[in-house]
Amino acid sequence: MKLVIVKYNAGNIQSVLYALERIGMEALVTDDLELIRSADKVIFPGVGEASTAMQYLRKRELDQLIKSLQQPVLGICLGMQLMCAHSEENNTDCLGIFEEKVKRFQPLADNQIQLKVPQIGWNNIHSLKTDLFKGVTENSYCYFVHGYYASLGAHSIATTDYVLPYSSALHKNNFYGVQFHPEKSATVGETILSNFLAL
Amino acid sequence: MLAKRIIPCLDIRDGRTVKGVNFENIRDAGDPVELGAFYASEGADELVFLDITATNEKRKTLSELVNRISHHINIPFTVGGGISSVEDVYQLLKNGADKISVNTSAFKRPDLIKELAKEFGSQCVVLAIDTKLEDDGQWYVYLNGGRVKTNTKCRDWAKQAVDLGAGEILLTSMNHDGTKQGFALDITGQLVKDLPVPIIASGGGGTMAHFEDVFEIAKADAALAASIFHFKEIAIPDLKQYLKEKGIEIRL
Repeated sequence: MKLVIVKYNAGNIQSVLYALERIGMEALVTDDLELIRSADKVIFPGVGEASTAMQYLRKRELDQLIKSLQQPVLGICLGMQLMCAHSEENNTDCLGIFEEKVKRFQPLADNQIQLKVPQIGWNNIHSLKTDLFKGVTENSYCYFVHGYYASLGAHSIATTDYVLPYSSALHKNNFYGVQFHPEKSATVGETILSNFLAL
Repeated sequence: MLAKRIIPCLDIRDGRTVKGVNFENIRDAGDPVELGAFYASEGADELVFLDITATNEKRKTLSELVNRISHHINIPFTVGGGISSVEDVYQLLKNGADKISVNTSAFKRPDLIKELAKEFGSQCVVLAIDTKLEDDGQWYVYLNGGRVKTNTKCRDWAKQAVDLGAGEILLTSMNHDGTKQGFALDITGQLVKDLPVPIIASGGGGTMAHFEDVFEIAKADAALAASIFHFKEIAIPDLKQYLKEKGIEIRL
């Protein structure tokens, strides 16, 4: 199987590569349009800022390419957010694969302590759908680091509660996105990555 | 719900894990990669590796170690020790670190925090503060692994650092570190109230009840400890089970 990780200006791609190695998979990290188009599966990772990332993708014509892919694609964290229609982060128009919108967490007072933004740490995923979560127990913990979230919508396949319930995973046709970091989510994350590779 | 985090800390010297008491009397505590992988399998939520020799040694050694760690560990980890530039951080992230921590270098040149946050995002910039309660009843910032006192108050520096872009604070109480008498609940709780970023409490965890206190009373987001884990005085699964039974949100 030819597995490709999209290379762009939003790391930390290395962690994804090593996580795949741990489950016995080799991946090619590339921004070559033809190599990405011809891959069997594509992972679109990302940690960073939405507008800078989108600018970079447009300049390299990766935006059009990603939208047109037919094989299974997995967006991770910022990758998933960029697959949505729009992000409040610097008012950025994104790829529009998922209609869901990306908004900033508005901290609420939770008893006497404010919920912190960004959310950093392990939170539950529930209301799990699709084979991406095959063998994953409801309310399993995954590792999150993010200040913006995708709202709940028709494409939600996992929900997490922080400030409010939001989409911790999205799915439409061949496109999947997860807000958490499967590459850092211990054995649960490894199961999810393996499930993606088995799609 | 977001879970409270249990974070084993591995102090590294010459590629080995070491542990001292009150920043002194260093003892050997094993291979960092093996220990880290063991803690990950036991349910540690995150790991912190602090290279306590990094300021005097070549950075390459640390990068190689980080690379080895990231191949073997499936949970997030932070690397600190002697980091003073964007280039240092770039090397560590390239080798698989998720976050970095800065301490003395950031205090001496606060713009470092701003540069790192801009380049890599606040989420990967952890500010470590070593603090000590003085006779005047105030907590002061100490530098160089606790050897150099400053006249800056801990709360002031923490606030400034967060304004500059620090994404988390790793707060070590020198009065409590190595004593196993419990965490510094007052200053930890104060920073939790003061700041909009997660606070990692460090120094003094000796019993499971101490962890309960730092989460329940000080409302810390995470608790870090070293020797009680390295010398197997408290096993992570037992600690997490205990906290869960006390009604604290914990990942089991």
